[in-house]
Amino acid sequence: MPAPEEALPESTSDRADRTVLDARDISRALTRISHELLERNKGATDLVLLGLHTRGVPLARRIAEKIAAVEGAPVAVGELDVTMYRDDLRSQPTRRAHKTALPPGGIDKKVVVLVDDVLFSGRTIRAALDALADLGRPSAVRLAVLVDRGHRELPIRADHVGKNLPSALAERVSVRLSEVDGSDEVTIS
Amino acid sequence: MKHLLSIDDLSTDEVQQLFETAADMHDVQRREVKKLPALRGRTVVNMFFEDSTRTRSSFEIAGKWLSADVINISAKGSSTSKGESLRDTVLTVCAMGVDGLVIRHPASGAAVQVSEWVDAAVVNAGDGTHEHPTQALLDAYTLQRHLGSLEGRHVAIIGDLTHSRVFRSNVQCLTKLGARVTVVAPPTLMPSGIGAWSAAAGFETSYDIDAVLPEADAVMMLRVQRERMSGAFFPSAREYTVGYGLTRNRLALLKPDVPICHPGPMNRGLEIAADAADAAQSVVLEQVSSGLAIRMAVLYHLLAGEEA
Amino acid sequence: MALVITGASLLGETTADLYVDDAGMLVDEQPAGAETIDADGLVALPGLVDLHTHLREPGREDAETILTGSQAAAIGGYTAVLAMANTTPVTDTAESATRVWELGREAGLVDVQPVGAVTRGLGGEELAELGLMNRSRAGVTVFSDDGKCVHDARVMRRALEYVKAFGGVVSQHAQDPTLAGSSACCHEGELSGRLGLPGWPGIAEEVIVARDVMLARHTGSRVHVAHVSTAGSVEVVRWAKAQGIDVTAEVTPHHLLLTTDLLTGYDPTFKVNPPLRPQEDVDAVRAALADGTIDAVATDHAPHARHDKEHAFVDAAFGMLGLETALGVVRTVMDDFTWADIARVMSVNPARIAGLGSQGQALAPGSPAHVVLVDPDATTTVDRDASASLSRNNPWHGRSLTSRVVHTVYGGRVTVRDGALA
Repeated sequence: MPAPEEALPESTSDRADRTVLDARDISRALTRISHELLERNKGATDLVLLGLHTRGVPLARRIAEKIAAVEGAPVAVGELDVTMYRDDLRSQPTRRAHKTALPPGGIDKKVVVLVDDVLFSGRTIRAALDALADLGRPSAVRLAVLVDRGHRELPIRADHVGKNLPSALAERVSVRLSEVDGSDEVTIS
Repeated sequence: MKHLLSIDDLSTDEVQQLFETAADMHDVQRREVKKLPALRGRTVVNMFFEDSTRTRSSFEIAGKWLSADVINISAKGSSTSKGESLRDTVLTVCAMGVDGLVIRHPASGAAVQVSEWVDAAVVNAGDGTHEHPTQALLDAYTLQRHLGSLEGRHVAIIGDLTHSRVFRSNVQCLTKLGARVTVVAPPTLMPSGIGAWSAAAGFETSYDIDAVLPEADAVMMLRVQRERMSGAFFPSAREYTVGYGLTRNRLALLKPDVPICHPGPMNRGLEIAADAADAAQSVVLEQVSSGLAIRMAVLYHLLAGEEA
Repeated sequence: MALVITGASLLGETTADLYVDDAGMLVDEQPAGAETIDADGLVALPGLVDLHTHLREPGREDAETILTGSQAAAIGGYTAVLAMANTTPVTDTAESATRVWELGREAGLVDVQPVGAVTRGLGGEELAELGLMNRSRAGVTVFSDDGKCVHDARVMRRALEYVKAFGGVVSQHAQDPTLAGSSACCHEGELSGRLGLPGWPGIAEEVIVARDVMLARHTGSRVHVAHVSTAGSVEVVRWAKAQGIDVTAEVTPHHLLLTTDLLTGYDPTFKVNPPLRPQEDVDAVRAALADGTIDAVATDHAPHARHDKEHAFVDAAFGMLGLETALGVVRTVMDDFTWADIARVMSVNPARIAGLGSQGQALAPGSPAHVVLVDPDATTTVDRDASASLSRNNPWHGRSLTSRVVHTVYGGRVTVRDGALA
């Protein structure tokens, strides 16, 4: 039966947990990303933000709120589950899927912005692109991430990055968000 | 979870997880591209030793929408008539490198026995009068969508219990989900030992359909075969309908909006009146689309991950 | 070759030497030029007699032959077996009975006494040539349609009457086909209801047993009940004997211990006719064997080729092996039994019921030397692959049984030495 919910690990006691972004840093980064999106897209029409489970979902909602505050109009927001499209299904116990909820206007001919917390190997984004291809035909797909920690295994890059965080492979980058974890911070250990 | 042979194989949590996955799979039915790549490269064989267009096509579509390679083998009458043992028959098929074997067989216990012989994951699509777990799952899933939680809800299962694998799987699934179950049948169509069994498993039995219907939150009608008349199980079709059929008059006994299920195929006029089958509260067609979603969920959970 | 068996505990009672002459008879003087068998610590019993064996030849020599069946019997301590008639073709003529008898003599390991069918082709309608079979060299005295029931009361009555002329007996496989048909395979009860297996209710056996004892009373005949499996059947037989009705009964080793719960996994190894019953019935038949209501243990040894068992449970063949394990099971289960009791139910009574005058005799000078020497307290774990039978449908595999057959002597010849074929 499915593996338990993939939880980001708490840092272990024998490793120093270094805070890289605190709550205010996160808020500023998301504000900057929101403005970049509006600038690049020349407004919010035809913009659809899709959060990738799990922590991409609250991030997408926060960005949508910030954009709505600036533009004075709501922004289409949804959730995308990529479990079925992962390339590592076979090597793990069966994973539980999550909901895919597209906003009412769909994604055809829209500019879809995938939103995730950490960009690492790039495989999740590859799976997300495949999932999108089965759901419709966006006019363009962009990627916004809170943290880019390098070590790409596929030719994938983010259009909007909250923080570039060079890291060693052995290090753990943990993102906590109040909607999921009760507090806002990004740590590395 | 290596196989799905009986509802007994699943914990209550596992049942709810299957329902959650099924809800996601249900959405696929509404998409333009009805495809998920989760079972790409897996081979599923539907090995049916008993005719069934409906269940077999449900499993076939389920596998194909998950991108598995699906093959149908109609093995009706094959092994016993050619003198090949059942074990040889299934091993020969699985020797081709089969990942999942969906099996329907007229003998009770066949799926259990086959699971001991083959390496593939085995899904019981109905074995004799023993079990039909995906049917029970889709029935409970359908009822849960209508009633919310099944905890404490009263479900009546009515019909030929002795010869029904749907009954055996359903009574286990519904009691596992906390429902109160009452089964109704004439004495000759109640399985032997049901007194002890129902007491141990926590469900009730009754010969009186008119007493049970007004208290039911959901009604499940089972198919009655006319051949049972020659086995002296009941004297005539009309006597059966009068005593145990969901007639038009009995519809009025039901509380409002009580869902009516039937695993199909229905004998309209025998165990279920046409009016009942077509009533607004009949969920018979919904059971079909639920069945597809449930079977996709089952195949996904058995075959997508690493070997259990 | 003459034999001297030293230090054996005769029926577990007195320790003595046994002398066997060249003619295969027990004698009171030590014969010259004899082979010595040291039986210190071993119990000596008269050679076991099985009232109910299926040797499958002619017709299913892939499952067992008269030779391999005889080998399995000898390993189990038997010196005589009654070979049931449901072969292909059926043993229902003098010629077919004689053929089986001859093959038994060729094998030369046990007395193979053919059982003749009651009805032609086991069809249940016309009597088979009972008299001619009796007059043949095979000297058939036990008749049975085993596998099937003689269900027509009129035919059963005629058979019971007819065999009186030559002291024959009908062994009835009691199964009313209208209450338990050919697909019935699991004791009808809570388990069969839950598993969805066609039920085989105890009454299907009991109504036939009740009918047959009444017919035996009415006709003044002898009747034998094969493989008694239920408490109800035991009650009927007990009552009948109290009435002075000439009825005898047998029980299988598996019905003395194994219960219907073993069918939960749908393993066809445990599919047998009559089916394994619940504990109440097992307790009743054990008590009946102890108090003499049931006269004998009979194996109903039923070998099957693997592919005939590797089917879905309802389609698989009925039957279990039994010759090599019977003594161990009886010794393990009937813990109040003395060796004299065991000899009574496994040798003396069966020989008497079958009319085999040379078997089941006292271990004393003047008797034919059919002797089995048993290690009374050895524990063996049953290994189904270590078997003289051609088949492997053994329900005892992996179980520990008490006692081990060490040597078997058949008419003065050592057929089994140190647990292996000599």
